[in-house]
Amino acid sequence: MKTSHLKSILPLALFAGLALTLWLGLRHDPSEALPSARVGKPVPAFSLPRLSDAEARFSPVELKGQVWLLNVWASWCQACREEHPVLLGLAQQKSVPLIGLNYQDQREPGLRWLSDHGDPYAFTAVDADGRTGIDLGVYGVPETFLIDKQGRVRLRHAGPLTQEVLEREILPLVKALQRG
Amino acid sequence: MAERLNVLAAQSLHLRGISASSAWMALRTLKALWLGVLLACLTVLASTAQAQKTIDPALDEHVNRLASELRCLVCQNQTVADSQAPLAMQLKQIVREQLAQGASDQQVRDFMVERYGDFVLYRPPVSGVTALLWMGPVLLFALGAGLLALHWRARRLGGAHNLDEEGDSVLDDDGLPSTSPKPESLRS
Repeated sequence: MKTSHLKSILPLALFAGLALTLWLGLRHDPSEALPSARVGKPVPAFSLPRLSDAEARFSPVELKGQVWLLNVWASWCQACREEHPVLLGLAQQKSVPLIGLNYQDQREPGLRWLSDHGDPYAFTAVDADGRTGIDLGVYGVPETFLIDKQGRVRLRHAGPLTQEVLEREILPLVKALQRG
Repeated sequence: MAERLNVLAAQSLHLRGISASSAWMALRTLKALWLGVLLACLTVLASTAQAQKTIDPALDEHVNRLASELRCLVCQNQTVADSQAPLAMQLKQIVREQLAQGASDQQVRDFMVERYGDFVLYRPPVSGVTALLWMGPVLLFALGAGLLALHWRARRLGGAHNLDEEGDSVLDDDGLPSTSPKPESLRS
């Protein structure tokens, strides 16, 4: 009979559905999918001292009218080492200003890190207590933000930048925003 | 650390020509001393931590209640209240500051959502994106109830059908064997 056929298959189908859902759940990395609430919104207004010169300050309004990248880093951050060559390469291109945000770090180790590994940043602002990072929605280091001419966040990349992400996602958007 | 100091102490005692047994005794006292210092440190730490916490028990309770609604962004299956991750500790501190300044629960939640999205809330608001999340259990329950109802109906219909066909089906609706006489018929 048709219905009894269906009945015998139903538990198996339900089990298969559940197993598939759980399996997909296992493969799914939630940290990758974590969306940024800041994308499309204005970059939070902050005023922070610069790493090279504590007297000088930096505020995002200074870069209004420019497309720029903000890279959150720290000397204690292992993953920052991974992306550093990519940032150095980007700095050589001079296609977009790269600003550093030294997150929950101290001045001495921060400066030493830059002299040891090379300084890709136009300059670095110091977010010693991490409050600006929290305002940006940073939940790990490194993170990179792309900010447009109007001062809005257009893209956020959590985790180390790779050459591939840079060329596939970030630089095309930079070019489009610079034209626009 | 303590081990190394012990070894150093033993070496210096040895150099001074003190006998092995008295060196051993010295080691034991040194160990006891170390333990004492360690315990004293722990007690002091614990008492200061306690002192910080009991400044305002009502605020503590409020911070904890609100923080247990917030998801820790670093260890995503923990609440901000439970997590010891530095970011969670800092968010807890922010919750405390804002509540102390008189912010409402909703203002604190809005502050977090503005930065980390609905994801930070363990009880996200009902919206287009979260509709399935909220309605999912209801839908699953309805599906289950529907299937169960269908199953019961099929069984009842199937039972009646069997009775019609074979006449001597095992059970009637009242659960008594169909062939056995009913109480009423016994009396008549």
